[in-house]
Amino acid sequence: MFAFIVQRLFQAVLVMLVVGLISFALFRFTGDPVNNMLGQEATIEQRQALREKLGLNDPVPMQFFKFLVNASQGEFGLSYRVGKPVEELIATALPATLELVFVSALMALLIGVPMGVYTGLKRHAPLSRMFLTVSLVGVSLPTFVIGILMILVFGVWLGWLPTFGRQGLVDLGFWETGLLTLKGWSFLIMPAFTLALFQLTLIMRLVRAEMLEVLRTDYIKFAKARGLRNRAINYGHALKNTLVPVITIMGLQVGSLLAFSIITETVFAWPGMGRLFLDSIRFVDIPIMSCYLMLMAFFFVIINLSVDLLYYAVDPRLRAETLGGAAH
Amino acid sequence: MAENTTREKPARKGALLEVENLRVEFPTRRGTLTAVDDISFHIDEGEVLGVVGESGAGKSMTGTAIIGLLEPPGRIAGGEIRLDGRRIDNLPYEKLRRIRGREIGMVFQDPLTSLNPLYTVGHQLIETIQTHTDMSESQARRRAIDLLAEVGIPAPERRIDQYPHQFSGGMRQRVVIALALCVNPRLVIADEPTTALDVSIQAQIIKLLKKLCSEHGAAVMLITHDMGVIAETADRVAVMYSGRIAEVGPVREVIRNAKHPYTHGLMGSIPMVGHDLDRLTQIEGSMPRLTEIPTGCPFNPRCPKVFERCRHERPELIAVEDTRVACWLYEEGEQRRTGSHG
Repeated sequence: MFAFIVQRLFQAVLVMLVVGLISFALFRFTGDPVNNMLGQEATIEQRQALREKLGLNDPVPMQFFKFLVNASQGEFGLSYRVGKPVEELIATALPATLELVFVSALMALLIGVPMGVYTGLKRHAPLSRMFLTVSLVGVSLPTFVIGILMILVFGVWLGWLPTFGRQGLVDLGFWETGLLTLKGWSFLIMPAFTLALFQLTLIMRLVRAEMLEVLRTDYIKFAKARGLRNRAINYGHALKNTLVPVITIMGLQVGSLLAFSIITETVFAWPGMGRLFLDSIRFVDIPIMSCYLMLMAFFFVIINLSVDLLYYAVDPRLRAETLGGAAH
Repeated sequence: MAENTTREKPARKGALLEVENLRVEFPTRRGTLTAVDDISFHIDEGEVLGVVGESGAGKSMTGTAIIGLLEPPGRIAGGEIRLDGRRIDNLPYEKLRRIRGREIGMVFQDPLTSLNPLYTVGHQLIETIQTHTDMSESQARRRAIDLLAEVGIPAPERRIDQYPHQFSGGMRQRVVIALALCVNPRLVIADEPTTALDVSIQAQIIKLLKKLCSEHGAAVMLITHDMGVIAETADRVAVMYSGRIAEVGPVREVIRNAKHPYTHGLMGSIPMVGHDLDRLTQIEGSMPRLTEIPTGCPFNPRCPKVFERCRHERPELIAVEDTRVACWLYEEGEQRRTGSHG
């Protein structure tokens, strides 16, 4: 177990180094930042001074090393566009995105898994057929269409929910959260659901397919033959066996939630990382882009690591070696 | 089907399990398939009934129907199943659930897939015990350890907390037997309990199953295609062919003096010590598929002693000597008409 974690951590560091190299390369291959910062009118001396100050005259490996050291301390330099340190900008945008993604993922799980179990157990019930039909809509409609439709229905026609922005925040010092007030939730609920819908239907279909598979197995038949109660069979024996694939997919999907949040945030004018990133691209704000890249890679690595650890928790067969191996 | 006097009579009083005219059907797009066709038998208290036949003869289907676990669209289309004289084939789900495990235990073919891989064997034992009794967690655990010891698992106190993958196939089948017996059912249906195991441990497992069932006072319905296992284990044997019973009777009688040509063929395929046979006999052809069961006696295309009547009329079980046999070679109560099969 320990060796496994160490091995995974080592791999994670390797991945981060490679991503770091790509982020660093952004600076070198996307034009001269000095031009962007000083404009066309600057003198050669001014340019030279700035080059020296930014360390652009150092040898490339040296620059990369400095970049890594700074990045590992959370320093990505000044934003070209705003002129503020990148980490400050990220710190204001990150909580918004993480809360959005967290609530979306939770929605997808808490609604998707029960729906999947239900449609798996009652294959021919009218409600199951309805769920499956509706889920097709979730799978096939693009996120922005769903977002705009929701704004139309709940924001414009019914007037129940605000249509854009993020308010009702409580400042915890290090984190501005919208989860503590009703107002905060009213702003969060639509973008979160929009983002969750695709994942929700995916999880529902996955759990359903896995349930159908597991319910056919011998150990379920044997559990029935032992007269166990239906609840114990369906939720204890069957559902637990569907969890490994669900965890895998969910891990991958949390990553894509982060990525898709760009679209949702744009539709709902949600002041998160996605918006920050889009604005940065428009202004070729390289420090923010490279920081975003590193951060996303970091999240993916963390998620994958947790997924691997969750496998261990769920499936005893993977723990075989640490328990002293299979006896005869 | 018209009732007539040669029909298998309802099992005698006091039998533990009575199956009467059981019919299992599978509706398909191309019409209804009959997997078990109008069979009747009984199992007495504490008795071991062997059920033997080739794959697809309907043996497992009969066992599954008794415990009420036929996979849809399969269904019981007719007949009655009685446990202690009480009908169990038409019980609502919840009542039948209480009978499963509590009164009828079941052992499946493949021990590698019979246990849930994500739970310890102890969890699965304790869960089953607590479902059917009022025992506390610690009492149930005590009982689970005793059971594991009883089925011959060394160091049960330690192994109770291990997962199925930490047991070998033979050990797992022992756990499965412990699970089937854990609340002292009165009947155990063992569906090919050794087919998936190494030949070297098959005998051990069969012996264990028989010993434990007799200690716990459970009758056994032993489903197998291995006539040798039946010969060593069973009190009576029912030979099945194409969803019907071809011959049923005391095991010694059936083995020494097989009456149905099919049973005779099955016996010829067992190697025996002390017989100077150059080669084992085999039955020509294979069992018909459910879609193409011939009229008359289903065995007629393969039967060495076939005659005209076999092709048109279906024989019913009739009593001949100590056994009952469904074959036109015999008449009720009469000795065999044709010469010896020997």
